[in-house]
Amino acid sequence: MNLDKFLVKGEPMIYAAMVSIVVASLAILIGLTYFKKWGYMWREWLTTVDHKKIGVMYIIAALLMLFRGGVDALLMRAQLAMPENGLLDAQHYNEIFTTHGVIMILFMAMPFIIGLMNIVIPLQIGARDVAFPRLNAVSFWLFMAGAMLFNISFVVGGSPDAGWTAYFPLASLEYSPTVGNNYYSIALQIAGIGTLLTGVNFIVTILKMRAPGMKLMRMPMFTWSVLITCVIILFAFPVLTVALALMMFDRMFGGQFFTMANGGMDMLWANLFWVWGHPEVYIVILPAFGIYSEIISTFSKKNLYGYKSMVVSMVAISLLSFLVWAHHFYTMGHGAMVNGFFSITTMAIAIPTGVKIFNWLFTLRKGRISFTTPMLYSLAFIPIFTIGGVTGVMLAMASADYQYHNTMFLVAHFHYVLIPGTVFAVIAGFHYWFPKMFGFRLNEKLGKLAFWFIAICFNITFFPLFFLGLNGMTRRMYTYSEGSGFGPLNMLATIGSVGLAIGFVILVYNVYWSFRYAPRDTTGDPWDARTLEWSTHSPVPEYNFAITPNVKGMDAFWAAKKENQPLYEGKIEPIHMPNNSGQPFILGVIFFFLGFFLVFSMWVPAIVTGVGVVIMLAWRSFERDHGRHISVEEIIETERKLGGDTV
Amino acid sequence: MKQLFPIKHVMGYLFSLVLSVVALAVIFFDLSFSAAMVILLVCAILQASLQLFLFMHVSEAADTKKTLYLNIAYAVFVGLVTIFGTLFTMIWGYQ
Repeated sequence: MNLDKFLVKGEPMIYAAMVSIVVASLAILIGLTYFKKWGYMWREWLTTVDHKKIGVMYIIAALLMLFRGGVDALLMRAQLAMPENGLLDAQHYNEIFTTHGVIMILFMAMPFIIGLMNIVIPLQIGARDVAFPRLNAVSFWLFMAGAMLFNISFVVGGSPDAGWTAYFPLASLEYSPTVGNNYYSIALQIAGIGTLLTGVNFIVTILKMRAPGMKLMRMPMFTWSVLITCVIILFAFPVLTVALALMMFDRMFGGQFFTMANGGMDMLWANLFWVWGHPEVYIVILPAFGIYSEIISTFSKKNLYGYKSMVVSMVAISLLSFLVWAHHFYTMGHGAMVNGFFSITTMAIAIPTGVKIFNWLFTLRKGRISFTTPMLYSLAFIPIFTIGGVTGVMLAMASADYQYHNTMFLVAHFHYVLIPGTVFAVIAGFHYWFPKMFGFRLNEKLGKLAFWFIAICFNITFFPLFFLGLNGMTRRMYTYSEGSGFGPLNMLATIGSVGLAIGFVILVYNVYWSFRYAPRDTTGDPWDARTLEWSTHSPVPEYNFAITPNVKGMDAFWAAKKENQPLYEGKIEPIHMPNNSGQPFILGVIFFFLGFFLVFSMWVPAIVTGVGVVIMLAWRSFERDHGRHISVEEIIETERKLGGDTV
Repeated sequence: MKQLFPIKHVMGYLFSLVLSVVALAVIFFDLSFSAAMVILLVCAILQASLQLFLFMHVSEAADTKKTLYLNIAYAVFVGLVTIFGTLFTMIWGYQ
């Protein structure tokens, strides 16, 4: 077999990456063998259907992808630091901004949020697991297969290079003849199926598995935000599925959906992409709003101001999110009618979002605020996100957008929305729920140090981009002349990005430090919080609650603490739990190879692996697995070990 | 044995296959645009209701009826927005 087809050659950086990938994989394999951890890995992690462990795996994957996407970002900033810099050539730069975008949105932000969802939602609603635990594992392994497939494109065959939006005709076979964009269509498709399944799973979980007494309007705000997010996932992702399938037909089977000839319509791709893409923005931002609501309310020692208006504004956002997509391509050439319509719907989104900002401010008002690390991220979010939001309204005006379109102004805007919106939120949520996952808090001093680095350097990195954009620097240009005058501000942005990277290194070091030295939390409620997840032990036993909690109002755990309302009534009974299964992992591996063979148009192995997928589905269909019961003695023993007082 | 065999589901499965073949037939016969569209639309509606009622049990559980129909309404809303919005941006509103 000719290896030239597969391996990317002639780039020292890529050779270094190949070496480091091989070394890291060998280190993992040798480490697992040396410490005899293979059985542990298989039993406790690869086959698990426990929502908490799946959540932890999602977050680990997200952090790895944050590292990958972050290195991409640093390379871009290094290239742009000086005029006419020769660090990266144009092709390389194209590949790097493409993978940066795809990885940060789909393989970092999404799994981080889904990971927190997995860990928190069943606990917040007083359930023992999600509605379909096995399906949850399938979701994770499909996501993982898609993410890994996308990542190997870097050294095997070449990365996609048509932007994270992969606009046609650039992304067509004619203009992007390498396999890069095949990776895009297949890897996103596989990960997208996983996301869709997650959406279904959590809608059912939230609607059907709430503890007795927890009416919809008594749910914690994070649960509400996840419910609405999942509804958006359920309706937005099918459009991406279809668009990616059409892309695959175009690139591999001679389809003409998005070509310039034979009745194809190249801009239809942009249209379909953003019919999914704009709701996608809200898929990553709404759970973030939920996380902030929990944190702000907990650390202000007050219930959330304007609960109902929060819910109503999220529902409004979910509807409006489907009505604004054309604002991503105002300059495509449609008439004033279309641009006017989408300008108005876009500006309308600022209204429910503004309502939420005011609700958080009023929650803070007269609260007893404690400045913990998660709270610092939440407080920094409000002003920074508002800058992002206001520049968004500027971009929403179609006629003005002709000036800003595809400039660095836009790049600054969406980083100002996504980083304080989503990234700060997931980091804040990570700090906030970390004791629930592992039984101890992250170090506050290191956490705050990382926060100040990240918050300040974020602004140093991205604020100059507003001015660069207004001065005419377009996005995605790999270099610029000295005469353009873009040099100094770009240098400033690059310096900021290094500080941002230092902040993330401190964050990771904090996790390491805390694992070794942080004092263990024995209360299960280190923050004096309000919602049900804090009423059980940390780390959480596999069955979550020995006795199903009985909810009598909003913030049930707070009421239980302050008004001595009993939360756990009744006695311990045997608990029915699902069995672990290796099938989801095997299915993920098969999907990975199926995707790989499709990318390289190797039809025979693709058909073989495709049959493998069908066999896996059939196996599951004819399987009888009624789960198992945890006996009362075992529960009492576990509760005693964890120092619980619910018995 | 008779009660165990899911006759309704097998029939529904066969029927959905037939509908797919009928839809495919549109490209093999020389039909006018409107005739082809009518066939496709009728097949699509039948196919969708087949899936919803036979395989997804929309009408079976009384306690979830409201949620299910609300969800379908939302789906129809998003579907119509996608189709007519696309026509609006790509064809009708194009300069």
